[in-house]
Amino acid sequence: MPEKVPAQSANTPNAQTQAHAHAHVNTKKIGAVLGKNSVPIFFLLLSIGGIIAAGLDINYLINELLGRLGRNSFLVLSLLIPIIAGLGLNFGIVVGAMAGQAALIITTHYGWTGLGGFGLAALISVPIAMVLGWLTALVLNKAKGREMVTGMILGFFANGVYQLVFLVLLGWVIPMKNPAIMLPSGIGLKNTIDLFDISYALDRGLDFIWDGFIMTEVGSIPIGPWRIPILTLVVTALLAWAISFLIRTRLGQQMRAVGQDMHIAEVAGINVNRTRTVALVISTVLAAWGQLIFLQNIGTMNTYNSHEQVGTFAIAALLVGGATTRKATIWNAIVGVLLFHTLFIVSPLAGQKLLGIPQVGEYFRVFLAYGVIAVALALHAWQAKVKSNKELRGE
Amino acid sequence: MSNANTNANANAPTPASSGRVAENRIIKAVANFLEWYGVPRLIITCFLLALLILAVIYRMDLGSLLGDSLKRVGMNGLLVLAMVPTITCGAGLNFGLPVGIICGLVGGVFSMSMNLTGFTGFFVAILLALPLSVIAGWLYAKLLEKVAGQEMMVGTYVGFSVVAGMAIFWLTAPIKNPSMIFAIGGQGLRYTLTLYDYYAGVLNNFLAFNIVIGNFAMTIPTGLLLFFGFFCVLMYLFFRSRTGLAMLAVGSNPEYAASSGINIRKMRYTGVIMSTVLGAIGIIVYAQSYGFLQLYNAPLYMAFPAIAAILIGGATLRKATISQVIIGSILFFTLLTTALPVVQTVLDGSEVGGGISEIARMIIQNGAILYALTRVGRR
Repeated sequence: MPEKVPAQSANTPNAQTQAHAHAHVNTKKIGAVLGKNSVPIFFLLLSIGGIIAAGLDINYLINELLGRLGRNSFLVLSLLIPIIAGLGLNFGIVVGAMAGQAALIITTHYGWTGLGGFGLAALISVPIAMVLGWLTALVLNKAKGREMVTGMILGFFANGVYQLVFLVLLGWVIPMKNPAIMLPSGIGLKNTIDLFDISYALDRGLDFIWDGFIMTEVGSIPIGPWRIPILTLVVTALLAWAISFLIRTRLGQQMRAVGQDMHIAEVAGINVNRTRTVALVISTVLAAWGQLIFLQNIGTMNTYNSHEQVGTFAIAALLVGGATTRKATIWNAIVGVLLFHTLFIVSPLAGQKLLGIPQVGEYFRVFLAYGVIAVALALHAWQAKVKSNKELRGE
Repeated sequence: MSNANTNANANAPTPASSGRVAENRIIKAVANFLEWYGVPRLIITCFLLALLILAVIYRMDLGSLLGDSLKRVGMNGLLVLAMVPTITCGAGLNFGLPVGIICGLVGGVFSMSMNLTGFTGFFVAILLALPLSVIAGWLYAKLLEKVAGQEMMVGTYVGFSVVAGMAIFWLTAPIKNPSMIFAIGGQGLRYTLTLYDYYAGVLNNFLAFNIVIGNFAMTIPTGLLLFFGFFCVLMYLFFRSRTGLAMLAVGSNPEYAASSGINIRKMRYTGVIMSTVLGAIGIIVYAQSYGFLQLYNAPLYMAFPAIAAILIGGATLRKATISQVIIGSILFFTLLTTALPVVQTVLDGSEVGGGISEIARMIIQNGAILYALTRVGRR
């Protein structure tokens, strides 16, 4: 097992790893667990403080969170595989989101509706996302060590190409006529496209069995009204299972080996560039599906903006859940979505209550998203530097 | 580039036929030319020439096109120049430029709140911004030191979070000047502050003159260009000084620099602080030319055009010169300024026009950055 060697050398300097925590007992163990989860714990405390300050109705919060968990988890989970393969946070999922939107534009144009239309959009998005993911990999394989910043710029670049296709070429070079979704001039798509054809297609896909609606009372305490997006959560759970399965396959092992140390993996006979390409293609396809899930819940598409912030928010959520640029689990993703979105719901209300200015909360949550990413990146880069310094000194 | 060059060299000594030799010579010449001129610079130059030729064909007002371009070059020049110190000291492109920009904006806002006008207002804004940007630059350098190797990514998000965090400051700033705060609520600075009654255009109008030749009329913003030129000369002289030479050594070969007794840490701090200070002065120059101070989310993406400009000028992640700043600014900002009116004229009022030039900006700007990021080999 070639990947064992780098795994150990990577773990030893880090006092917070599980292996180390097991060696000691009780207090030290609790301390280690707290230390390891300090980021989510900090955000949990912040969330609770916000909820109290805003005086938020818990039933409202839970209902909102259920919806947001369904709508965002898939996108956040699409980030995991590139992290395992050592590519860091994949800012390039923006490209996948574009592929999802392109597929959705096609199905909306032909008027395919309901769960069938949604499924077709998911199918159509696969080849588009695969090609885009492969192109992303071509670029990122040329920028080893700078994948994140390159992925981010690639997202901006791809946004330009996306706008070129859907704002200029569509209707001018690419023949298409559809006054419902296109601008009056017949060239380019409208800024917002109504998605009522597939609105809630997945969230309410199991309505014929149970609509997921909960409204009851326990004693005198009201529970609900909540609405659970059952099928979306089932699909997300399936993805989580698929990812944990993939990690244990031969391909997953190769990705881990590449993620630990590219050079050692290369020596061990693994095709590094190919493994990284596969990881990025999978991530891009998943991001396309994730964007589809997101949009069927929202119900309208901001043709030229919906995808822009996808990367930032998904990455911030994952980091709030305690992930780093080199290590992320499914639980980091789920906990992160819950905490990050609690803050998202709470902060404008808390800003209104505490300072009387609702915009303070609006800006605070944007600051939070960027700040979390900045701190996480800085911490990681700093740890990596300390580690390499220690290795240089032979510790 | 170097790859293509070696290939051409390897082929040259095998003269199978005279035609082949000539072909190889052409390939070699082309490869040499591309290496010397740079692919992004070549593409942009071609674009720009095409636009200017179109402008001539469609009988557009060349004077105002070129005048506006010159203004735009001077307006952005210092922000582009701010990239030189960080590249030279080995910290890469300064994606965290908004850190400096924010300091400049704070200076600009407080100078305005004191009701200062003209050059007084302009220079007080700079004076207020200077200490702030030195402190902010020092803190930023301290952070970058800890994350060596990931400066660009960390810098980007530090810049973003500073901009978002400062939005809260703009909302709650203790400023009472009614022309600066929201009309309703009595608190919070407006999204854009109009500088026309304060120090708008002080540099642009300083010694400004018109060149008129027949139909051709063009305004030269002398003060603006002199100010930009002055800082270029200062930077040039700095890199002739002892400290400047030491910084060059740190950027090009850190091991050699360390072994010859240069304090690498100090050089990197100096470079980052210089860049932050230039960012602060740069945004004040930008604002006086534009006529508005743009607060809140406006500075979020301001580092990217500056980065694209210096890269188009031929800089790499490790090396940048003053001439690259000037060439890059002229090429990129002239392109941006001329693209919109020319495309609109050519497409004759079609709604697509505005879209195309903005899309072209996004593709060119980010394409240039992508090219640079993927070009340098592994470290």
